[in-house]
Amino acid sequence: MRGARHARWAAAAMAAALSAAACGGGGGGTAPGVLSSSWSDPPNPLEPANTNEVQGGKVLDMLFRGLKRYNPRTGAAENMLAEKIETTDSQNFTVTVKDGWTFSDGEPVTAKSFVDAWNYGAGLRNNQRNAYFFGYIDGYDKVHPETGSQRADTLSGLRVTGPRTFTIRLSQKFSTFPDTLGYVAFAPLPRAFFDHHGDWLKKPVGNGPYLVKSYTRGFMMSLRKWEGYPGPDGAQNNGVDLQVYTDGNTAYTDLLAGNLDLVDDVPAAQLKNVKADLGGRYINTPAGIIQTLAFPFYDPRWNKPGAEKVRTGLSMAINRKQITHRIFHDTRTPASDWTSPVLGVDGGFQEGLCGSACTYDPVRARKLVQEGGGLPGGQVRIAYNADAGSHREWVDALCNSINRALGDDKACVGNPVGTFADFRNQIGRHKMPGPFRAGWQMDYPLIQNFLQPLYYTRASSNDGQWSDKDFDRLVDRANAESDKARAVRLFQDAEKVVRDNMAAIPLWYQNGSAGYAQRLTHVALNPFSVPVYNEIRVG
Amino acid sequence: MGRYVIRRLLQMIPVFLGATLLIFLMVNVMGDPIAGLCGERQCDPATAAQLRREFGLDKPLWQQYATYMGNVFTGDFGTAFNGQPVTELMGTAFPVTVRLTVVAVLFEVVIGIALGVITGMRRGRPVDTSVLLLTLVVISVPTFVTGLLLQLLLGVQWGWVRPSVSYQAALGELIVPGLVLASVSLAYVTRLTRTSIAENRRSDYVRTAVAKGLPRRRVILRHLLRNSLIPVVTFIGTDIGALMGGAIVTERIFNIHGVGYQLYQGILRHNTQTVVGFVTVLVLVFLVANLLVDLLYAVLDPRIRYA
Repeated sequence: MRGARHARWAAAAMAAALSAAACGGGGGGTAPGVLSSSWSDPPNPLEPANTNEVQGGKVLDMLFRGLKRYNPRTGAAENMLAEKIETTDSQNFTVTVKDGWTFSDGEPVTAKSFVDAWNYGAGLRNNQRNAYFFGYIDGYDKVHPETGSQRADTLSGLRVTGPRTFTIRLSQKFSTFPDTLGYVAFAPLPRAFFDHHGDWLKKPVGNGPYLVKSYTRGFMMSLRKWEGYPGPDGAQNNGVDLQVYTDGNTAYTDLLAGNLDLVDDVPAAQLKNVKADLGGRYINTPAGIIQTLAFPFYDPRWNKPGAEKVRTGLSMAINRKQITHRIFHDTRTPASDWTSPVLGVDGGFQEGLCGSACTYDPVRARKLVQEGGGLPGGQVRIAYNADAGSHREWVDALCNSINRALGDDKACVGNPVGTFADFRNQIGRHKMPGPFRAGWQMDYPLIQNFLQPLYYTRASSNDGQWSDKDFDRLVDRANAESDKARAVRLFQDAEKVVRDNMAAIPLWYQNGSAGYAQRLTHVALNPFSVPVYNEIRVG
Repeated sequence: MGRYVIRRLLQMIPVFLGATLLIFLMVNVMGDPIAGLCGERQCDPATAAQLRREFGLDKPLWQQYATYMGNVFTGDFGTAFNGQPVTELMGTAFPVTVRLTVVAVLFEVVIGIALGVITGMRRGRPVDTSVLLLTLVVISVPTFVTGLLLQLLLGVQWGWVRPSVSYQAALGELIVPGLVLASVSLAYVTRLTRTSIAENRRSDYVRTAVAKGLPRRRVILRHLLRNSLIPVVTFIGTDIGALMGGAIVTERIFNIHGVGYQLYQGILRHNTQTVVGFVTVLVLVFLVANLLVDLLYAVLDPRIRYA
């Protein structure tokens, strides 16, 4: 009996404890009109020129407005703070900043706010990850030399000519340069950023539709509507609470339980259930992300004449449609060019540019691989980082597809690398033994951004070190071309060079996904797969 | 006693140095951390070199270790890649994990020992058999299954608790995660206590105590349990260290920003400073917990003396 009494006591204690826990929780409990959204801790400090991933970008998109802004629906670059940007030669630009804009601490946004911010972003000693964005501006080689230390404090190509005007001189012709200025690295910065840098990082101040109310590093950031925001795209809600989640699945569970309003990346494991769980409150829209397989062109076995036949053969051995459907539940679309549908036809997206080379055709695939001299070493090993996403699943599926098409069980195997850092490391040291996973998220919606950084000789993200004179020449000509439609056509000609050499195998276009609670309306993702927070309405 | 403690503390020094050195080497073997900092693209060489210089990664390994240890003794655990001092990360992570560990250990002690005593006193009875079966189930089911299942049932289906822990991580919110974290150890504590109690029940001092006419409660608590606790205390003592560092799975499921989460992020981002710093503190916790366990032996069993 005594034992039974103990057991009863323990059960009672458990029940009491559970109900206490229930009282302790109890909903987000935030201010009215404020929504909560999932977030993960940005790996770098939250400075505009230092943020190169979505999580930090999400915050900066609420806190800053630049000269241009990409239309959240069409992706077109539209003037925001810029009154006009003029040029006669595609190399020298005169920028006029609109009157009446201020930072949320009251400081007016002037031409100097931009020039100071850009000089800071380009400076080597400031360790900004996005410094290379200023690489087209004259004088970058002094402010950010490839070796040694910084030799000048400011970019010689930037000159403030009045309170609201400044000039930009580029080191080469680049007709679509103004359209790149919507990228967050080009945001203006207030004096507080330079004078009280530590305090600024603890509580960033910008000129966007939101203010930071409080920021607890690694846990939560509370943003509130800035009532004095002078722009046309003010916040339609009273604020956003970004909550850091240790795991995407937990955020999704919290959304189902009603503790969270918005999850902006539905975890792969939940894609099967998401329609049943959320019904119409699930969005799945194209984002400017393309996944490809890159090749190690520094390895002579992949760079010899005829190897392009092997690469094309591999591309034709991949059943993209089946993989995107089975593995990704149609959150990716089979790729048929090297850009992204978010560019639109005018922007340079051309469906089917890849043609038969990206169409599943096992018979021709086998023939091409044989004609090209067979697989180097008799086997391809596809490298990927195993710590994130569902890379293992799709690499295995892709290899299955190749093996079946080539009729060889050992033609393709996965080559998992433990962490992303190590994966990048092996790529950086040019030690990849075979093709490797390459994802590209656009910085700005221009066809140039999908081609030049990836395939131009010695470009910043040309990890496979592919090099082709025809491609380089076409890109140079396209950049010098002042007519947009003609420039786009030249870029597409360059893309055809990529196709004929199969410099990288396009796999699929990635969508952005999000799920939201019943009390939210007008939820949408922009082409960067970031929720358009300022348009969301609560209740 | 005092001399014993001092000797043990001195023994900790080589263990501490060896453990930190090993961790330091292991994290370095993982490769260059800078490469992962620039996303899906190459860091430009000048910035990479500058970052390497700033984090001291351009120096030979022994020098990095010496500098690091020198800094540690002045209380500086370095800076994480996101610009936060590691001590700041520790300041937020350790209190949360300590609370979680306290909840878990409380579960182990209260439920584990109580069940152990009950089953030990009633060996072979239905209570004993059913509890044994239950512990077998708990031990064989992986923690993440228990965790996700409880989260789904209590959090989403029945709505009794919040499925995730808010960033304050109050004690009340940590009850379900604490139970999940403790579940396997709890089963072991039950089994250990049960065996120990069942064994000691037949010993002379228990028979003497019963013969003296002491009340049953006093016999069990003061005589039987106290003597049977030594293996259990050993287990719980070493478990404290394991619970603090090994809560990665539980912390991820319940969104707890504790030590396990920081370690996991540190490893993913190759952040030497975070990983070495946190592991160093964990090593200290482990050593101190072991010392306390050894000292507790003397309290529980007066026959044990330290000189």
